[in-house]
Amino acid sequence: MKKFKLFFCILLSLTIFNTLKSAEQVDPIKVDWSFKGLLGKFDRASLQRGYQVYNEVCASCHSMQYLSYRNLGEPGGPEFSEEEVKAIAAGFEVTDGPDAQGEMFTRAGRPSDKFVSPYPNVKAAAAANGGAYPPDMSVLVKARKGGANYIYSVLVGYEDPPPGVTLDEGVYYNKYMIGNKIKMPNNLSDGLVEYADGTEATVDQMAKDVTTFLSWAAEPELESRHKTGVKVILYLVLLSILVFLSMKKIWSRVNPEI
Amino acid sequence: MSEHEYVPKSKAGKWFNDRLPLLSLASHLTDYPTPKNLNYWWTFGGILTFCLLTQIITGIVLAMHYVAHADLAFASVEHIMRDVNYGWLIRYIHSNGASMFFLAVYIHIFRSLFYGSYKSPREIIWIIGLMIYLLMMAAAFMGYVLPWGQMSFWGATVITNLFSAIPLVGDSITTWLWGAYSVDNPTLTRFFSLHYLIPFLILGLVVLHIWALHIPGNNNPVGIDIKKPSKDTVPFHPYITIKDAFALLLFSIIFAGFVFFAPNVLGHSDNYIQANPMVTPAHIVPEWYLLPFYAILRSVPDKLGGVILMFGAIFILFVLPWLDTSKVRSAVFRPIYRQFFWILVLDVLVLGYVGAMPAEGIYLVLARVGTVYYFLHFIVILPVVGYLEKTEPVPLSISEPVLSGSANYSMAKKDNEKI
Repeated sequence: MKKFKLFFCILLSLTIFNTLKSAEQVDPIKVDWSFKGLLGKFDRASLQRGYQVYNEVCASCHSMQYLSYRNLGEPGGPEFSEEEVKAIAAGFEVTDGPDAQGEMFTRAGRPSDKFVSPYPNVKAAAAANGGAYPPDMSVLVKARKGGANYIYSVLVGYEDPPPGVTLDEGVYYNKYMIGNKIKMPNNLSDGLVEYADGTEATVDQMAKDVTTFLSWAAEPELESRHKTGVKVILYLVLLSILVFLSMKKIWSRVNPEI
Repeated sequence: MSEHEYVPKSKAGKWFNDRLPLLSLASHLTDYPTPKNLNYWWTFGGILTFCLLTQIITGIVLAMHYVAHADLAFASVEHIMRDVNYGWLIRYIHSNGASMFFLAVYIHIFRSLFYGSYKSPREIIWIIGLMIYLLMMAAAFMGYVLPWGQMSFWGATVITNLFSAIPLVGDSITTWLWGAYSVDNPTLTRFFSLHYLIPFLILGLVVLHIWALHIPGNNNPVGIDIKKPSKDTVPFHPYITIKDAFALLLFSIIFAGFVFFAPNVLGHSDNYIQANPMVTPAHIVPEWYLLPFYAILRSVPDKLGGVILMFGAIFILFVLPWLDTSKVRSAVFRPIYRQFFWILVLDVLVLGYVGAMPAEGIYLVLARVGTVYYFLHFIVILPVVGYLEKTEPVPLSISEPVLSGSANYSMAKKDNEKI
């Protein structure tokens, strides 16, 4: 046991040392998301509002190329009705083709289409945004350390730069961004969107809603994963108990027992 | 191979068995006399077989949907996660399965180190096991490259660049490995091909590993040779199968915990960013199970020296049966070795920890101390302790206490429970 204690003392001191070292960086705000925890689920209304914020604010620069419009109506997501999904998709112009004459053509979007990207490619996106490519947001929450908390924190973390910090043209100061410099301007302001469900569109509300939406986009399987997981683990625990009892019975023939 | 002649009861069975003795083999496997005092650390062989089969089965399904192309790989993984039925489950089992595989193999290896399972007459089992471990690392490394995320790309760049440290031909070898002048599409496609091949090589070695095991039979916590079959042994089935099944279920609960509730906690968030040769991540780190070796690699200021030490850290294990001079197998009866065993465990954990940290300041110092100690353990401590140590009296059999008093077996048992 002594050795174990020594173990943990050393590991613990290493961990503490590590936390001290990175104390200069501001940790993201911890939000009590509804989708955290073993039984976490998305807030349906928040997902729908989040889609609205994404569509009206973020989508002008950020693509979400791995999502399809049909995903918006699937269980575990924003769960828009079939008609709503069709209407959302039809609001986009999709390039299709080539047709029988070999020409590309545009048509109204269908639920099976992928989300239409704002720029034709990464280079065009970077060129239009001062050289910084606005990252695709399909898996953004999984691609950042700190996940949803980090995304939310950056959205509400814009500040005037502290004295002594000079920023180049087109660069903004953000408390939570790594290196504190971000090329995305603060796009959220109170009342920027008009929520269909009447919720007041404060900056905090919009940041939370769009982060919820992005979390779902990154992990659309989250709800069914949690549900299946609980069942699987319950099953395994029950089976373990049965197997344990069988094992005891079988080994009772041997002396000494295990 | 068989201690007894098996004759099938049915006529058809006998006809078949005379031509291909599969039934004899099955009979050997079920009756295989196993020491009755095996503790739960011995259940990891079965668990590892389960891990290998899980990786092969999920991998075959993933390969049906995955596209090995630099422009399409990342998108095809997202396709698996979103559009393939239960694709997320299959992929998360496969990616977390690699971690669980290594967790189990490390326990398996350290169990062997504690109970002296690598010693005569089991050297070949040990060496085949190490070959399996080497192939596992190769398979895991190449598998991590396939999603073509940032860590995939840069991890592949760092590891393949190690070969450029070889004098004279290093650069040519690296280019040959890449199939290009940098990590690129040809690298990805060959890694995919090899990643599919290696598990079947492992499977073949597993058969040899078990075959070699069945010649001398299992070692056991007391570490003594036993008569087989005798009252010290039980038939493999149902005694060991049920115990392995129980341990496997407990292991599966932890496995499922990761898959369903923390599927990305063992991975790096940067690997959800598509590979970009123009942007280097702030810290390039391998998966957790390779971190101790990464720490050894970076602890040496010279590239070639680092590579030699890193590979040396594994290859030194191949000669371990001849470095350990003690006649007593089990650490239960080796009071001094037992202490050094735990220091080695701690040393490897510390190396793993500093492997995840930037190679500077205190971390670099720790990595160097850890590396020196690692080699010291095998080259100096093991041979010397074997000569000088006064071992405790070893019992004559599992059932019977030692001649000089009955205290030791119960002590051994107590000790087993403790660890």
